[in-house]
Amino acid sequence: MTHIAAIGQYLIMIKEVFKKPTKWKMMRGLILKEIDQLIYGSMGIVIFVSFFIGGVVTIQTALNLNSPLIPKNLIGFAARQSVILEFAPTFTSIIMAGKVGSFITSSIGSMRVTEQIDALEVMGVNSLNYLVFPKIIALLMYPFVIAIAMYTGIFGGFLAGVLGGFSTAGDFIEGLRIDFEPFHITYAFIKTIVFAFVIATIPSYHGYYMKGGALEVGKASTTAFVWTAVVIIIVNYILTQLLLG
Amino acid sequence: MITVDNIHKAFDDNKILKGISTTFEKGKTSLIIGQSGSGKTVFLKCLLGLFKLDQGSIDYGGDNYAYLTIKDQRKLREQMGMVFQGSALFDSMSVEDNVRFPLDMFTNQSLSEKEARVNQVLKRVNLLNAEEKFPSEISGGMQKRVAIARAIVMNPKYLFCDEPNSGLDPRTAILIDNLIKEITEEYQMTTVINTHDMNSVMEIGEKIVFLKEGCKAWEGTKNEIFKTDNQAVTDFVYSSELFKRVRKMYIEDKA
Repeated sequence: MTHIAAIGQYLIMIKEVFKKPTKWKMMRGLILKEIDQLIYGSMGIVIFVSFFIGGVVTIQTALNLNSPLIPKNLIGFAARQSVILEFAPTFTSIIMAGKVGSFITSSIGSMRVTEQIDALEVMGVNSLNYLVFPKIIALLMYPFVIAIAMYTGIFGGFLAGVLGGFSTAGDFIEGLRIDFEPFHITYAFIKTIVFAFVIATIPSYHGYYMKGGALEVGKASTTAFVWTAVVIIIVNYILTQLLLG
Repeated sequence: MITVDNIHKAFDDNKILKGISTTFEKGKTSLIIGQSGSGKTVFLKCLLGLFKLDQGSIDYGGDNYAYLTIKDQRKLREQMGMVFQGSALFDSMSVEDNVRFPLDMFTNQSLSEKEARVNQVLKRVNLLNAEEKFPSEISGGMQKRVAIARAIVMNPKYLFCDEPNSGLDPRTAILIDNLIKEITEEYQMTTVINTHDMNSVMEIGEKIVFLKEGCKAWEGTKNEIFKTDNQAVTDFVYSSELFKRVRKMYIEDKA
């Protein structure tokens, strides 16, 4: 029952976010600030993780291909498919749920604890629009992050495959090209847009409606990460079934 | 003027406010006093419209809050200024940006007009040399003055203060109290202060509403509070040795 009430409260929050917009002049500055903090500030960790995940996927694929009947270009093919379809959009989103999500929850939660949200409401500001809307818009840039994650993941796989002696550069690149389905990129970006919305709103919900003090801010951040990850995994399954099933 | 009529507020089964009625007049500083847990903060948040009433009404010069649309409620809130207990300054903004925030949000003034207004109110609260500083870089008393400046920058009709001098030394507390009183008279605002500081009662209590366990136990002026026989009020007011002595001297003077 508590979870159903929370879902209802979350949906009401989403409705409020799009009501009574803040002046565009103010909103523009807020959006740019959020792009800097949420998108640009996450590039380092995304590139680092994708690069090594791409490498690990390549090595594990290569080590499991023992049969001489299986062509070596399958290593590149498997790395491409794994990175584009799952590792870049989903795995990176789980990482982002931890990094960006906990930042969103703790920053909004701290504002709740120190009555800054009450101060906004008393002034007549739609605090949900002021705090959450710029984050949603900033995270529309999230597909660019995922595109970079795809590139670095495949590049990491290429280096691990070639430098590790598991594949030749030619075989790997040939594997990257065979049976390429452009819709897979579309599918990955559709998922990414939905995940971006989840990453922006679920942590905001946990920060905005938290009660208590500094300790509860920490607890809310943890809860926000858990729920964001759970929702990403469920949404990932549903979208995969709908778009590829 | 604010008219409060029989307001009730409960959280689950916990009844916090139990039928409070009173009025707060324009140009006067009204104080809500009472022990911790008496419902002062909930009462103030009801006045601000942050809590929805279970029963009763609050009328702001003809506008009954409960019957206003959300849009009109927000418009009414633009006429309210609030000084929070912890100041509630935006910690990512400088003092100047904090004070200018309502102007940026709700007016179409040019930057120079806004800067002139910000300087005017900062001068009024004696804070002209701290514009560039961040809230974490200034003292508690200065933070309170910034909060007051932010609250009055839009020329509000109503000013609400939640324990404005808590955590301040007695001298700074009196300065803040007097500043609020002067500003109230100067801007002809309806000011409501939530406090349990008896020094504030002595300094600026033009009207005092005493709350006990969610009910209005007494109301009157700072002069009347020393004459009342209301047991709940005398237990609260004369809980300290200092005020027991003050009362003794007052009675002796009268005699």
